[in-house]
Amino acid sequence: MNRTSELSGANLISASAVVKDFSGHRALNQVSMEVPEGSVYGLLGPNGAGKTTLLRIINQITAPDEGSIHFKGQPIGPDHRHMIGYLPEERGLYKKMKVGEQALYLAQLKGLTRQEAMLRLKHWFQKFEMSAWWDKKVEELSKGMAQKVQFITTVLHEPQLLIFDEPFSGFDPINVNLLKQEILKMKENGATIIFSTHNMASVEELCDHITLINESEVVLQGEMSEIRETYRADKYLVSFQGDPEKLSKGLDPDFELLSLEENGMGRQATIRIGKGEGSARLIRNLVDITEIKSFQEILPNMNDIFIQVVSDTNIKKGS
Amino acid sequence: MNKISLIIQREYLTRIRKKSFIIMSVLGPIIFAAYILIPMYFATLEDKEEKTIVVIDDSKLFTEYESKGPKFVIPGTEYLKFQVIEGVTVETFRDGFEESGYYGILFIPANILASESSLIYSTKQTSVEISQYLERSMDSEIEHLKLAQHDIKDIERILAEVETSINVRNIKWTKDGKTQESNTGVVMGLGYLSGMMIFFFIFFFGSQVMRGVIEEKVSRIIEVIVSSVKPFQLMMGKIIGVGLVGLTQFLIWMILSAVLVTGLKAAFFPELNRTPTEQVVASDLFDQGDGQEETMNPSEAIPEVGDLDMAQEIFASLKSINAGVMVGAFLFYFIFGYLLYAAMFAVIGSAVDNETDTQQLIFPVILPLILGIYVMISAINNPDNALSFWFSMIPFTSPVVMMVRIPFGVPWWQVALSASLLVVTFLGMTWIAGKVYRTGILMYGKKASYKEIWKWLRYSS
Repeated sequence: MNRTSELSGANLISASAVVKDFSGHRALNQVSMEVPEGSVYGLLGPNGAGKTTLLRIINQITAPDEGSIHFKGQPIGPDHRHMIGYLPEERGLYKKMKVGEQALYLAQLKGLTRQEAMLRLKHWFQKFEMSAWWDKKVEELSKGMAQKVQFITTVLHEPQLLIFDEPFSGFDPINVNLLKQEILKMKENGATIIFSTHNMASVEELCDHITLINESEVVLQGEMSEIRETYRADKYLVSFQGDPEKLSKGLDPDFELLSLEENGMGRQATIRIGKGEGSARLIRNLVDITEIKSFQEILPNMNDIFIQVVSDTNIKKGS
Repeated sequence: MNKISLIIQREYLTRIRKKSFIIMSVLGPIIFAAYILIPMYFATLEDKEEKTIVVIDDSKLFTEYESKGPKFVIPGTEYLKFQVIEGVTVETFRDGFEESGYYGILFIPANILASESSLIYSTKQTSVEISQYLERSMDSEIEHLKLAQHDIKDIERILAEVETSINVRNIKWTKDGKTQESNTGVVMGLGYLSGMMIFFFIFFFGSQVMRGVIEEKVSRIIEVIVSSVKPFQLMMGKIIGVGLVGLTQFLIWMILSAVLVTGLKAAFFPELNRTPTEQVVASDLFDQGDGQEETMNPSEAIPEVGDLDMAQEIFASLKSINAGVMVGAFLFYFIFGYLLYAAMFAVIGSAVDNETDTQQLIFPVILPLILGIYVMISAINNPDNALSFWFSMIPFTSPVVMMVRIPFGVPWWQVALSASLLVVTFLGMTWIAGKVYRTGILMYGKKASYKEIWKWLRYSS
């Protein structure tokens, strides 16, 4: 966390020591977070960890009890509202209002002029092939259609910061793909994106930074590549040809044979080496006892890290 | 770009465009007129069925003997006839009365002077109108008889002379020395109407604010909106937008009513289209010419003149009330009364997840308003007593109660104090409402209660 302060010049959002209490329940406890400009930032954590509360504070929907939020180095204020687009977890539109009128209204609330909003909406509606919906009431749309409308209203004012709270829950798979594409496109165009999610696959696919919150506190934070490095399991998967017996007997006692199996792919062994030790000695050992077909490190996936960190902190708290 | 004005615009336009608004705007004055006119119409409806009542007069006090035979002294009406039958008892009619075609039997006992009661036998419930007519007529008949027993000379003439019907006409002197005629009934009616109208508007449009807040909460759009604007801006935008809808509706009603009234006036009271001077001169002449006849034959001349007098008096009274003060006060109490209550309705809306949960929360809010209506009804008769005074100062009841006092004339300092209290309370209430609202709108699944609302009020943000 000390490391991040050096980078603060390039941070779009920095939250420092944010505390938020709700009648006896502490929703956020000393949460700090630095979101570099142009990054895709993942906010992870189990249900009720405080992710939505933090996102609401960044959106100025609620104010922190302690701590502060800075936007490009300035304390966040009403002027920054136009620079943020927010898609809340619970999505909704005025049901009785017409689609076009509603999109225009929401865009104007974000500071666009009516003409500008109209121009951009026409473009987006054509792009998503939904021009025919303009005069329909929202209640006449299907859920997927309404989600598209809501997505457009979130990004229409081309904000510097986009905040998506659980963007992939509730969207159908086609819209999830669409959303992912748009997120990456917006990143290319220089926008910064923060999203909270349970979906670890999407985190690996999209995020370059993450913060993991558990029980109102930050338990893991940093760049994805660094976190992967830290949580290397020192496990290797070896496909080989030859006698499994010979392999298990010939393996140096320093190495731990975790599993040995035979399936459609051929024979495979999972081997753990000592913490921090390179793979060179293992390869030399294996060359002597069997014929290696492939050799690869088993990298930890975010799901494993998530579960490991959360259960570790829960055990610590429990003890 | 001012965001509050955007919100006001949306709230206003979406409501104005609704079919229900257009229907209410057109039907409002008609329904309102119907509420007043239909009971009046029913009240004037006479029973058109001819009824004959048999009179068995044992006292003989109510029977005159003419050449045609015995006649009841009380005259019948167009639809009510009396037939005196002698030498029979009530029992004679008991069997087969239904088929006899008579409406009822009036039995006057021989000792009526002492017992002061008579009986009507009938197979039907005798109508109140008939009973009252008989009571009044027999009362005056017996009074005359009793007076006659004193054997005073010229008693009939004296009585005719003594009989008076005083019409108290209120003449107000204005500051510039002019005299104005006012009718207390009209003043009362105007005050009552204004008070009721304010009550109705507060309740109706306050509920609309509440429903609007619930709609935003239930549809979950609230979070998107408050990421663009402050919750307080959203709340005020909604309150003002809905208030403007109310004012618009009110304006439409006034214009339509004015058109209706002008139309009706022209159709039914053509005399009123003359200038005031012409009216005065005409009525003075009329009064002098008819003065003698009135006492001699009151039954024929009075109703016509009375009707005209009445209508003239009403319009004269309406002119006597300072229209500027009245309209100004109405708009002020209408607007600030609405704003005060709308803030409270917004809080209720923010505290619940659906409309059914509002019931228990609404009651304490509208209680003072209903109390205001009760005090208003009493204040109509006593516009200057302590009760009326205090309730026209308390901001939660003043919009309703002060409105009935104003047409009677209220010291300026009282109006000023009441108005300032209302404005101050409105500001305080809106500040509190804003604090509760911004927490409430993001709360789901909490059991809505005043305890919870109190907790939200104390949240830092």
